Amino acid sequence: MSARIYRRRFALNIVAQTLASAAALLALVFLAWILWVTVSRGVQAIGVALFTKITAYADQGGLANAIVGSLIIDGMAIALCAPIGVMAGAYLAEYARGTRLGETIRFLNDILLSAPSIVLGLFVYVIVVLPMTAATGGSVTFSALAGSIALALIGLPVIVRTTDEMLQLVPSTLREAALSLGIPQWKLTVQVLMRAAGSGIVTGVLLALARLAGETAPLLFTAFGNNYMAYGPLAKMASLPAAIYQYTNDPNPALHAIAWAGALLITVFVLALSLVARALFASRKTHHD
Amino acid sequence: MFSIRKIALVIGLGAAGLTGFANAADVTGAGSSFVYPVLSKWSASFAEKTGNHVNYQSIGSGGGIAQIKAGTVDFGASDKPLDADDLAKSGLGQFPSVIGGIVPAYNIDGVEAGKLVLDGQVLAGIFLGNIANWNDAAIAKLNPGLKLPDAKITVVHRSDGSGTSFNFTNYLSKVDADWKAKVGEGTTVQWPTGIGGKGNEGVAAYVQQVKNSIGYVEYAYALKNHIGYALLTNAAGKTVKPGNASFQAAAATADWAKAQDFNLIMTNAPGADAWPITATTWIIMYKQPKNAENSKVVFDFFKWSLEHGQSQAQELDYVALPEALVKQIEAYWQAQFKH
Amino acid sequence: MVIATDIIDSGQRRSRADARHDAWFRWLLRTCALLVLAALLGAALSTLWGGREVLFGDGLRFLTTTQWNPVENIYGAWAPIYGTLVTSLIAIVIAVPLSFGIALFLTEIAPAWLRTPVATAIELLAAIPSIIYGMWGLFVFVPFMAAHVDPLLDSSLGRLPLIGALFRGPPLGLGLLTAGIVLAVMIVPFISSVMREVFQTVPARLKESAYALGSTTWEVVWDIILPYTRQAVIGGIFLGLGRALGETMAVTFVLGNAYDLTASLLMPGTSISSSIANEFNEAAGLHRSALIALGFLLFVVTFIVLLIARWMLRSLKQKEGTA
Repeated sequence: MSARIYRRRFALNIVAQTLASAAALLALVFLAWILWVTVSRGVQAIGVALFTKITAYADQGGLANAIVGSLIIDGMAIALCAPIGVMAGAYLAEYARGTRLGETIRFLNDILLSAPSIVLGLFVYVIVVLPMTAATGGSVTFSALAGSIALALIGLPVIVRTTDEMLQLVPSTLREAALSLGIPQWKLTVQVLMRAAGSGIVTGVLLALARLAGETAPLLFTAFGNNYMAYGPLAKMASLPAAIYQYTNDPNPALHAIAWAGALLITVFVLALSLVARALFASRKTHHD
Repeated sequence: MFSIRKIALVIGLGAAGLTGFANAADVTGAGSSFVYPVLSKWSASFAEKTGNHVNYQSIGSGGGIAQIKAGTVDFGASDKPLDADDLAKSGLGQFPSVIGGIVPAYNIDGVEAGKLVLDGQVLAGIFLGNIANWNDAAIAKLNPGLKLPDAKITVVHRSDGSGTSFNFTNYLSKVDADWKAKVGEGTTVQWPTGIGGKGNEGVAAYVQQVKNSIGYVEYAYALKNHIGYALLTNAAGKTVKPGNASFQAAAATADWAKAQDFNLIMTNAPGADAWPITATTWIIMYKQPKNAENSKVVFDFFKWSLEHGQSQAQELDYVALPEALVKQIEAYWQAQFKH
Repeated sequence: MVIATDIIDSGQRRSRADARHDAWFRWLLRTCALLVLAALLGAALSTLWGGREVLFGDGLRFLTTTQWNPVENIYGAWAPIYGTLVTSLIAIVIAVPLSFGIALFLTEIAPAWLRTPVATAIELLAAIPSIIYGMWGLFVFVPFMAAHVDPLLDSSLGRLPLIGALFRGPPLGLGLLTAGIVLAVMIVPFISSVMREVFQTVPARLKESAYALGSTTWEVVWDIILPYTRQAVIGGIFLGLGRALGETMAVTFVLGNAYDLTASLLMPGTSISSSIANEFNEAAGLHRSALIALGFLLFVVTFIVLLIARWMLRSLKQKEGTA
């Protein structure tokens, strides 16, 4: 009897472990599949010109202005949404647990997660681009800044969600220990809890970056696009996803290859950033138990 | 003194840095994706010549019209002309820029590219779902000697709103009363049958993947991506092949002189050699621009492009406007726009 | 004496300063949280305003009709709502067990040296731009479905009574099922990353005790880890659901974009966000208003979906409480 139960438990365990490993393998297969398609279709466009020439020259050019534009726009977007998102998440987890305001914000944040990105772009068009046009008499209209704000709105709920979850999982013994030492709550939050939940918060920021770095629709009516090089936050600016989107619909197959190469760049960029962030973080991670 | 000047310089540079106004002029246009490749090419050559940057982005014709009205761009570009009332109300003027064609693309078992012949009514019948099989008598009548399979037709149309759909449905509405009554014309319509692909690439991919299908794409797209297209019988009753000659014939035989603000759609043009689904894109600008300097650069750009951009247009499988039409446009500029 | 009062003084000063800093900090955090609230309300209200002509113009026709005819200016939201719900549901049904398996693999099964590389690789799935999912879907996955999966489903599951209708259809390759699968691949990294992070927060002594009592890996995961992290796991699923409901480009390329209500998952459909992405650029007047109104409806649909999810969770909790 007990041997049978034991055998059943053992078999169930084997089945579960096999299925779990198969799940991981399946995800890897999809990743390899998509990356392979991207590389094999974009490889002919990968070269020096991709990084040195601008999109104005189409198939004779590269993506230099789009790469620079994406770095600036995504950088500003993360600079906007990471601090706000982490602080909002901390508020939900540390100050608003169980309060009605906290529950409401948490709920609305989940809705914001699914807002179609084009709608957020339009919202920013109305609250940033149009007022800016009116205020400057038309000399500043669409801008990289407006694009960053739109992308920040896409990244924000991801960061709020993960920060909130990760802080809630920090054992309350840690809080009690710190508070009993007389540490003020802000110090507790910043120096103890955020450090304890740090790896999870970094994951959240990276997921947010990964999500916003690939967005096209919200940039159309905010950062607009530019076939030439631009650096200023108030300039109209090119971006990689917009260039990819444009080139995939172009009649010229040479531009399709550039589009695939651009997609590979975004993926590699996020991968590199993710590795750097993890490496930086791992070197000063504090364990808790 | 010196330091004040320095500060002013720094502020000036700072402002320039923020907006990126480093070079002679940056002018902006937005709208139709149909003209994006050729406008980009012209812009690059114009920048080399003059140092002025014309930044054109394809956000769709609807977007182009909305943005020029909102004053966020210096010119808009639309595949569908605005009517005289709308133009007058907003103080806008419009003129055509370049010509291109739209072709029916197909993938039929055993039928080579460029062999199938269709006319407007049969095409409408197929897209209405009334002609549902490739061996239908109506198709066979136009294609004596061609062996058509007994296979169901899968219709592929654009799912995104597009000027290509607008010109295609405009053509079908002109030649087929049934189509006009049941579907009509527009950048997006309620398609009676078929599957929708996003963009030219979406339609092209579905046509290539789904056997016995038919769709419609821009000529340049079919040509560059080796997609089989059909021949069409035009208004004059002649069967024509898409290409420079037949597109130009359509533009030349259209009666531009009588069209106020160039409000004329070239589909089903009367010429004997005219390709029936020929299209253009209109450039829309303010007659009294807020930013006169930018507006002048835009005119310089289009003057240069219309006069010198033919060969580049041809490389991209567009057709430059006929010379007579360019003269008319330049006269329109003189008469209507403040320079 | 003097020293002692000094210390007390400085102690009081410090606690006063701490209190002040605490108040500031709290205010700052609260402001950030309220910004989230403002962003959502602003975005939702702007769609309500932009779509008012269609939402309130014709009574409830927008909600009741299934027609979508821009030429006649007749708009009905049913087909996009249906497509959004069905594709998201398929995505969640596929992605949740898959993500759970991945998280389980990464925290309990895989050897330590393998965990970080595999976790990073799977997170990479989130880094691929959604338009690439769309292009890959269009050029590679749709033909794959048409050649291998659709005919198989049609001839096996399609023969069954009742659920058979779901899987019957011509092998087009595109459609609701394909869109759902692509969405599932897209949201797996979101759900699995969060699951993995939270699984790692389970105190080791809890797990060790269970192992010491002779539990198998599966029992530790099912009976110790999952209950401990359930709240956060559900949070991760919401993260994925949110992404699935609003995803645009990837879906647009593989969904077939037809305003039909069909029972079969192999047939083309449309979704709210892909309708907006498809038609917005060329839309004007009432058509534009209808698309913005669709955007508002997505907020409403999401609101209802989350409300139902929450309600189910609460009743689940209550059941456990009484058991």
